[in-house]
Amino acid sequence: MSQSPKMKFMVGGLLILAAVIYLIVSSTTASAQYFLTVDELKAKGNSIANRDLRVSGAVLGETIEYDPNTLTLKFVIAHVPGETAQIDDEGGLAEVLHQAVIDPSRQKLTVIYVGAKPDLLRNEAQAIMTGKLDENGVFHADELLLKCPTRYEEAVPEQSGPAGN
Amino acid sequence: MLADFGYGILVVAFLTSVYSVGAAFYGHFEKKQKWVESARLAMQLTFPLLSLAALDLLYLLATNDFNVSFVYEVTSRDMPLYLRLTAWWGGQAGSLLFWSWLMSAFATAVTLRNWDRDREFLPWVVIVSSVTMAFFIGLNVMPFFEENPFARFWASTLDGSVNAYTFQPANSVAFPTPDMVATFDGNGLNPLLRHPGMIIHPPMLYLGFVSFVIPFAFAIAALVTGRTDDRWIRITRRWTLIAWLFLSLGLVLGGRWAYDVLGWGGYWGWDPVEIAAFMPWLTGTAFLHSVMIQEKRGMLKHWNMILIILTYALIIFGTFLTRSGVLSSVHAFAQSNIGPAFFGFIGITFVTSISLLIWRWADLSSEAQMDSMLSREALFLLNNLLFIGILVVCFWGVIFPLISELFTGQKVTVGPPFYERATGPLFAGLVILMGIAPLSAWGHSTIKTLGRALWKPLIVTILVTIAFVAFAFTNREVINDYFPYAIIGFFAVAMTAFITLYEFWRAARARSRAQKENFFISLWRLAGRNRRRYGGYTIHLAVVLMAIGIIGIEMFQTETQVSMSRGQKIEFSGYTIEFKDFYSFKYEDNRWVNRAEMNIYRDGQFLTMLAPRYDVYPDGQPMTIAGVRSTMIDDLYIILVNWEQGSADLAPFKIYHNPLVNWLWLGSYLFIVGTLIAAWPDKDPESLPARVRGKQTPVYQSTSAD
Repeated sequence: MSQSPKMKFMVGGLLILAAVIYLIVSSTTASAQYFLTVDELKAKGNSIANRDLRVSGAVLGETIEYDPNTLTLKFVIAHVPGETAQIDDEGGLAEVLHQAVIDPSRQKLTVIYVGAKPDLLRNEAQAIMTGKLDENGVFHADELLLKCPTRYEEAVPEQSGPAGN
Repeated sequence: MLADFGYGILVVAFLTSVYSVGAAFYGHFEKKQKWVESARLAMQLTFPLLSLAALDLLYLLATNDFNVSFVYEVTSRDMPLYLRLTAWWGGQAGSLLFWSWLMSAFATAVTLRNWDRDREFLPWVVIVSSVTMAFFIGLNVMPFFEENPFARFWASTLDGSVNAYTFQPANSVAFPTPDMVATFDGNGLNPLLRHPGMIIHPPMLYLGFVSFVIPFAFAIAALVTGRTDDRWIRITRRWTLIAWLFLSLGLVLGGRWAYDVLGWGGYWGWDPVEIAAFMPWLTGTAFLHSVMIQEKRGMLKHWNMILIILTYALIIFGTFLTRSGVLSSVHAFAQSNIGPAFFGFIGITFVTSISLLIWRWADLSSEAQMDSMLSREALFLLNNLLFIGILVVCFWGVIFPLISELFTGQKVTVGPPFYERATGPLFAGLVILMGIAPLSAWGHSTIKTLGRALWKPLIVTILVTIAFVAFAFTNREVINDYFPYAIIGFFAVAMTAFITLYEFWRAARARSRAQKENFFISLWRLAGRNRRRYGGYTIHLAVVLMAIGIIGIEMFQTETQVSMSRGQKIEFSGYTIEFKDFYSFKYEDNRWVNRAEMNIYRDGQFLTMLAPRYDVYPDGQPMTIAGVRSTMIDDLYIILVNWEQGSADLAPFKIYHNPLVNWLWLGSYLFIVGTLIAAWPDKDPESLPARVRGKQTPVYQSTSAD
């Protein structure tokens, strides 16, 4: 070959670069999960059925049904805003979740999850789920994460005992 | 007050390190060695100062002084003494102090050496170390950041509200008040962190993080002074290796802790905190390899500088991210005052370092040219590109949600499948290179010379791979979607393992013939004579073992979820699992223990009893402890999931079958051995301490006088 060594290395380097870019692009498109709110999910409707999605919402306590024999868990979540800034404006996560649960006009989403019932699943918890939406608008979660803002430990002790009274 | 004393010491340490920076600058530019010496001594003074502050904090932790807000946050009366002491790095303020303390220890150790040959480096090593230290102590000291580990609680006499302040505010009294002191209890450390793995995992990671600052300091010194030969690399080679060992151990221990405590059957979840600790490891590993090219061939000098600068930036970034702790969300960063400070510091040091590099760009040109695609240096370069490729994948995964939101307004995230898919081929490439690269020669190699060393191990590899496929077809239940990738993975792993073993064998046999020694003595002496090479090979073998474990659990893990009633038996992955009994009782530290007893059988033979547990701590925090039967072939991993009161006869279990995962832990032991071989001091007079060399001089003089 008459190519200079420098040329060979340039070509080799470009090939590796191309390979890495290909891996990143193809893996991103193959496994990207849209992070949606309940409103956004309802707006998209069936166009996103059977795609991998991440959805978050406020758990409605009285809707939780759990069958320990089949480990099937069913509950309903209500829309909460997705923007951190908006949540802060509306008084923090705990307040936003509380409002979502008591407001009957919010959009709702039924969720089915097969697995043991997590301790943190309770009224006004924030559920973050990964899974797919079926044709009937029911969300089948593969993964279920829960956040209870009220449980976050305070850095400052509550004023209790003799000093407070 | 001890807390105020500790804070005072921190302030003094902060001022000392700031002085050290100033004195080193002044001494350097005014050419006054006395000032440089003063800067060095000032920097060394921070070590006893920070040790004193640390002892003070440990005393407060040990004596349950809940007036100190940090002690309140991380300890409680029911914690045993060793946990109260290790809670030092259980919270943010304390771990920042831990970081500074390690930094001062390392900076002191490195400046105790003899500097005769490298005097011009000294002021810059002092400056880089002291600037880093001043930043971390500064975070503790400046009340604005609210990270003072010695801040105390004060109750306002006006409205009764309690807050932590460094200085007593007006109209307040110390909290808890004297009548409360005896009973007032702290928050306590999260039970998930009360585990031996969690006690040594953070210090290991920190040791790795902090010790990488030393090679960075020398790199900057080399850039500023224009001594752009490989001197800085030779001085810091062992530092870098040890730093790398600690960082690696920190990562492995974190994985082991997750496997034992988090109860999800895995060891690595690709979450941002893990990736933050992994990224400096990637650049550090690339750096370890590419500096060898600079030593041997005088090439890639720019590249090495870029790698160590990146590593330093990623270490500071990693400290920031990992410090948020396992349980906080990304959201928590925004509320912390130290975020902007960290990003500012990373930005300033990064821009300064890169500017220095550009300034010296012309002086760092290569002394040789790369002309063979199969030469050792070309393959090392390829190894570096693969490591950087993995780094880019990781970085992309972390920032992708931000990017997509910026451009499309839609938040899109990527999870573990993204990382596995994108990094898998790159890791496989690295494993293959690990086998082939050591066979190639510096300067020039051809397919022919490589082939001669390769063909024997390659034939064994092909036979082993065929055996593996044949085994899989006779046990069809192991064949899943990942199977083709698993074949490629096992092929790469087997090839590298056999090549490396063959190298050991060939060299040792040649020596044993030539020296007429026993084969094993030859092997031992060979490794002793060329520790870097054989230490490196040992590390490669260790990585291969770890890769076997990773392929096993990633590609062949099976799991099931099942509710079992007492006495019920199920079949799973060749095991018979019987839910035999269930106990629920209160343990001495007030946690409520739920313990299931499972009998495990295989082919009708009783193997063992496993006892998965679900403990609930008084504050309601649950902890899942898996029951694991671990062998070199597979782990049977049973979790009692979220068991709720009142259904002792019907309990939900999650059962995992994790093939080969033990090889991952086994490999990490060999990894330590290999790194120690590579880093073991040899009898190179330059690396001996100054006083030993000093003693040798008179002997030499007396013989020459004869």
